[in-house]
Amino acid sequence: MNKLLILGAGTAGTMMANHLRPRLDAEWEISIVDQEETHYYQPGFLFLPFDIYKPKQLQKRIDKFVPAGVNLIRQGIDRIVPDKNEVVLTNGKELQYDILIIATGTKIAPQEVSGMLGPLWQKDIFDFYTFAGAKALRDKIRSWPGGKMVVHICEMPIKCPVAPLEFAFLADSFFVEKGMRDRVDLTFVTPLSGAFTKPTATEKLGHLLAEKNIRIVSDFAIERIDNENHKLVDYGGQEVDFDLLVTVPTNMGDEAIARSGIGDDLNFVPTNNATLQTTIKDNIFAIGDATNVPASKAGSVAHFESEILTENILRYVRGEPLKEEFDGHANCFVETGHGKALLIDFNYSHEPVEGTFPFPGVGPLTLLKESRMNHIGKLAFRWVYWNMLLKGRHIPFVTAQMDERGKHFRESEV
Amino acid sequence: MDKEIAGMIVAVNDEGYLTNLEQWTKEIGEAIAGEENIAMTEQHWKVIEFLQHAHRNSEALSIRSLGKHGPVSIKEFYVLFPGGPLKKASRIAGIPKPASCV
Repeated sequence: MNKLLILGAGTAGTMMANHLRPRLDAEWEISIVDQEETHYYQPGFLFLPFDIYKPKQLQKRIDKFVPAGVNLIRQGIDRIVPDKNEVVLTNGKELQYDILIIATGTKIAPQEVSGMLGPLWQKDIFDFYTFAGAKALRDKIRSWPGGKMVVHICEMPIKCPVAPLEFAFLADSFFVEKGMRDRVDLTFVTPLSGAFTKPTATEKLGHLLAEKNIRIVSDFAIERIDNENHKLVDYGGQEVDFDLLVTVPTNMGDEAIARSGIGDDLNFVPTNNATLQTTIKDNIFAIGDATNVPASKAGSVAHFESEILTENILRYVRGEPLKEEFDGHANCFVETGHGKALLIDFNYSHEPVEGTFPFPGVGPLTLLKESRMNHIGKLAFRWVYWNMLLKGRHIPFVTAQMDERGKHFRESEV
Repeated sequence: MDKEIAGMIVAVNDEGYLTNLEQWTKEIGEAIAGEENIAMTEQHWKVIEFLQHAHRNSEALSIRSLGKHGPVSIKEFYVLFPGGPLKKASRIAGIPKPASCV
């Protein structure tokens, strides 16, 4: 009996279980380890604070998506021991594997910034990258009288890099509808050189912030939060005042990666950009937010990776060379508020550009341009996620590698 | 596009970042630093070497990684390259600007 072990039953791990079970014969035992009870629709965390989604729309039982023929082991992971082809669980049990897939994702690490977990945490400082955080923020916003709202990114990389910007756009929209926008001073604080950092997006979307009256503070590398004076302080001495801080804390890979001694500074797993095999050992692969590949940490990326990783696992089993096919493809809806959204499509070498999607020249979705259709697409995606994506069904007309047709590339310079 | 820096013709992007590190020389770094009003010292060059080395090894650059593994502390990095140190130091080093997805 051969053993394939998947660590993590989130978006990426669940997709791999669904892809691989029908493709590996009965000689292969497949197990997936996860201690969580609930699978969250994480893109919904963006909408929960504004009462657009209800909590129950965002959660289902984790075992509902694990296919028949795959063992779900409900335990925490203590560490991976690559030399022994073994994973040790938190209850001390040891699991042997022939092939290991690491899909342990990323988590927020608010403890990384001094003062973040101080007296204001969950009182005037909130995250929206966890279910609990998004829900607590919803309760806060419902009765918030207005003041200085700061939307803030601590450091890159973060999961879904556009989510903080979307949050700021939705906040603008929300307070306009509530008739209190004049009482809200909205500021976006980023460690990068701007809200948008790629030339085409800066050119096409730079106006959105000014239009929505959102102030931007860039190149802000946070050193600490001054709880007493409600201030963010950066290493260069810059300060930003807040009444309500919505922050995206440092994102880090799972602690089990650190305990195994295999991760980088942020516990992300060193992984080949094109094959998704780790550089730790030939029989260890990684997918999704857990890797250090320079693609966005997003469900769409995990989805495209899963198609290529499935092929590579099958090749590895047959002793064939791996395909170097993953191109960093990501495809993301970006909410811009007031019932509109953008769609962006990009990869390692191409920045997001204008055009149509998924049909070249036709659409119906427009790239890098606000439209109502894109917003409808974003809301419809929840159904696609639960019913197609997690189950490993191919999404029609959307390819794992980026399609360059129907898109307006500038002369390539990356 | 091409640009003349310190008497050399090099390929740069719209924001003046070199697109090919192989074309970089210390004189070019010095000239870009001049545009940023930074007078290079030995400490500055240590940071630049660290950034180039990390870039050649395809390591993602961040203030954190520099503070942890680099030749200076984050505070000193800010003193050496005031106002957006990673952005400025990257341009002087001839490596790409740290970017998000859009």
